[in-house]
Amino acid sequence: MTMNGSFLMRLRGLLRKEYLQIIRDPSSILLALVMPLIMLFLFGYGVSLNPTRIQVAIVTTESSPAVNDLVARFELSPYFAPLFVTSANEAQKLVSNGEVDGFINIRDGFTRDLVKTGQAPVQVIVNGIDANRARLIAGYARGAIEKWRELRRARGEQAAYAGVQIASRIRFNESNESRFFLVPGLIALIMTLIGTLLTALVIAREWERGTMEAILVTPLRLHELLLGKLIPYYILGMLGMLISVAGGLWIFNVPLRGSFSLLFLMSSLFLIASLGFGLAISAAVRAQFVAAQIAILAGFLPAFFLSGMLFDLESTPRVIQWVSHIIPARHFVAISHTLFLAGNITSVLWPAAAALTVMAAVLLLIVRRKLSKRLE
Amino acid sequence: MSPQNSDNHVLQAQGLCKDFPRKGQAPTQALIDVSLAVQAGMITGLVGSDGAGKTTLLRLAAGLLLPTRGQIRVLNLDCAHQSIEIQSRVGYMPQQFGLYQDLTVQENLDLFADLQGVPKNIRPQRYARLLEMTDLAPFTGRRAGKLSGGMKQKLGLACALIKSPQMLLLDEPTVGVDPVSRRDLWDIVAQLVSEDGIGVLIATSYLDEADRCHRLVVLQNGKVLAQGNPEEFHEKVRGRVYRFTPNRPEEIRLLQATLAARNDVLDAAIRSGRVRCVINSVSASELLPKTDFKQIESCEPNFEDAFMALAPHPRVEFLPDQTNEKPQVAQDIVVKARNLKKTFGDFTAVSGINFDVQRGRIFGLLGPNGAGKTTTFRMLCGLTSVSDGEISVAGHNLRRSRARARADLGYMAQAFSLYRQLSVHSNLEFYGRSYGLHGKRLEQRIDWALDEFELRERRNLPAGDLPGGFKQRLAMATAMLHEPAILFLDEPTSGADPLARREFWLRINGFAQQGVTVIVTTHFMEEAEYCDHLMIMSHGTDLAQGTPDAIRQLARTPDTPDPTIEDAFIALAEGRTMNLSGKAS
Repeated sequence: MTMNGSFLMRLRGLLRKEYLQIIRDPSSILLALVMPLIMLFLFGYGVSLNPTRIQVAIVTTESSPAVNDLVARFELSPYFAPLFVTSANEAQKLVSNGEVDGFINIRDGFTRDLVKTGQAPVQVIVNGIDANRARLIAGYARGAIEKWRELRRARGEQAAYAGVQIASRIRFNESNESRFFLVPGLIALIMTLIGTLLTALVIAREWERGTMEAILVTPLRLHELLLGKLIPYYILGMLGMLISVAGGLWIFNVPLRGSFSLLFLMSSLFLIASLGFGLAISAAVRAQFVAAQIAILAGFLPAFFLSGMLFDLESTPRVIQWVSHIIPARHFVAISHTLFLAGNITSVLWPAAAALTVMAAVLLLIVRRKLSKRLE
Repeated sequence: MSPQNSDNHVLQAQGLCKDFPRKGQAPTQALIDVSLAVQAGMITGLVGSDGAGKTTLLRLAAGLLLPTRGQIRVLNLDCAHQSIEIQSRVGYMPQQFGLYQDLTVQENLDLFADLQGVPKNIRPQRYARLLEMTDLAPFTGRRAGKLSGGMKQKLGLACALIKSPQMLLLDEPTVGVDPVSRRDLWDIVAQLVSEDGIGVLIATSYLDEADRCHRLVVLQNGKVLAQGNPEEFHEKVRGRVYRFTPNRPEEIRLLQATLAARNDVLDAAIRSGRVRCVINSVSASELLPKTDFKQIESCEPNFEDAFMALAPHPRVEFLPDQTNEKPQVAQDIVVKARNLKKTFGDFTAVSGINFDVQRGRIFGLLGPNGAGKTTTFRMLCGLTSVSDGEISVAGHNLRRSRARARADLGYMAQAFSLYRQLSVHSNLEFYGRSYGLHGKRLEQRIDWALDEFELRERRNLPAGDLPGGFKQRLAMATAMLHEPAILFLDEPTSGADPLARREFWLRINGFAQQGVTVIVTTHFMEEAEYCDHLMIMSHGTDLAQGTPDAIRQLARTPDTPDPTIEDAFIALAEGRTMNLSGKAS
């Protein structure tokens, strides 16, 4: 038989074995195909970065038309669920007990000051434990007050107070839907799980069950062993990716403004880098438990926290930002966000794609170096 | 077949050394200056205790490890540089053969045929031959994970043989396998050698298997201690092997202990109701007063005799306490099981067994892996709930008062379950306290354990660093600290070398003499001889119960007038006994 023929025969044998193992082992199917859906629903429906129906207290003793108008802005807003108290002390206590997230203090003499001087300060106090949420609530409160002012002006009522007009507009995610932001990032997370965790686990399992020793003593070449693991889990990972994209597009109506083929291509790059990382872990450790720990600590958690899929990287310390550059998921999240929400913006896509290519190549080289047909 | 080199060697090792580096310590020397040769058309046995270097040698031959110094060549190819060529011409079966549990028998064969590049057109006849040899033809559609232990090993062997290898490397292929499958595996190997003329190197720690080899290499602590034909080994002890028949069958353990304590006796073991001895002195009849035994006869030596005479082993002074008048051989029943059942889902692990154990007796649970021994055992110790039936241990009903029963039990688990980082003394202290000992009493018991098990010199050593046999001693010491009435030992000799096993049984013997009831599981059939009463289990049922003598009688035929327990097991498993359903009394 020719060299080529026996190469194909060995590879086919490995691929068929891997296929049979995957379809017969519910855990890998679960991880690759069911988990993306669960995460999609969890993040799509369960996690929202836009708070609504925020509990706030409104402190007021007056009931002039001006005050009533202002209070109505809060009552009508979908963001607030106000309750009313008569003193700031009382409101403070509610904040301390965690019953409300903040209070809006309309001081005594509000109407009088408004009429007399045209200026009547409204105090907004927000519980700042969760800084992001606090900023959002303060913003919403400001928005509600602004609305009230505009309304008064429209009716020709006196409403001037000195200061800058704030006009903000959120770009790319006009409706400011956090799931538009979450779903593209989620794809990175799902592919990290399949590429790194699943791959690291299946190879460690071969060591634990002794199957690795049995196939190492066959005339199998190392690159065949590598291909035999890369190909099946590449396919599995891309299936997971397609499920997440489909779910994002059709269940959560996330727009895809860039091209799908670019997304497919760059996902492939990212997946290969993740697979390379998973293989590198399994080349170094031979116990499933340890492999899973490393895959989660060094693969999944950085992809979760330092990729920018959930938390803004710009606001982290400089050092963390530097570190984030060595995490493949960070580059892929940038790609995914751009392709979904902005379009084919080459100045963002190409550098990120280049970074992924380099990482995939380096990781696979490390694997090739570390992997050996010997047991030492 | 490609031509062999002139002297017909399939493996040659010359000055072979293998070190494994250790952190912060001198490297472990697994093999030290090993030179040996394996010939085609022969079975070469690699014999030695655990840690002797057998697996390392086989892995070096398969190209899985690189030698530190020296050279090893297989089929005239260098194992260090031509491993791919070797791997396409050699069949290798690791200790735990890596079958894919989720794949069927056929799919496993297909995978290894693909990996070995077996051409498509010759596969059908190759498969047919292997399946016929291994009796696996009816099970090609069954997943490997659902096969019995013996069938798994046979499938592993079939996978290793898929490409008609010129050489076969087998690493303890029969460990934990039932006697029937063990015999089958050896028959397959013998057939391959005689029909195909391949060379076989097989590692084993079962000494009785060694006599099926054509050539033997004894490894000890990484060095070759001796090598030669079985006959050459036999010659070394010829005329020095005797069998002593006890006056009464019950006195056999006493006779063995008495003989083992003599300086002139190199080895004493119970075999088929007699004590088999290898002695140093010329006249065996002067060893003991004539009144101490019924009969003495000289016998044909086997490899085990030679091995025991060869290996320098520490003398175990373990004579039972003679001052103690005969322990209460009362008909006290300490453990009683009635219609005991255990099911896991729709799988029945134990299906309705009955037995009684009397005080001061050694009760053995025998059977291959998966027979239900461990499950039965766990029910007895109260570690697993009982699905149905009644069970009482030391007067406690285990279905109701498990906790109180446990105070009367000593338990030694199958795996080494002590704290590896703690010293011997700390381990004893911890287990003593957890059984409620304290103060002066605890001190006394620890002192007793250190002396009784000869652990005093090593009292400050971390338990994990103890040599194999000492780990076993420590495990047993912790189980005995609170002076339990019943001692449960789960596969206590599994993985122990033949010397440690001898010593171990002498100790158990001593405890039984003092009135401790011992319940022990083992898959070593020959160890059954040390028990007073046996139950042989298979597939969750009891195949037979009785004294070792009664069990052996089940297999007595004109062809085998003097059967062993193993013969009896095979006969029972194949339904060849005169009275299969009836329990021997």
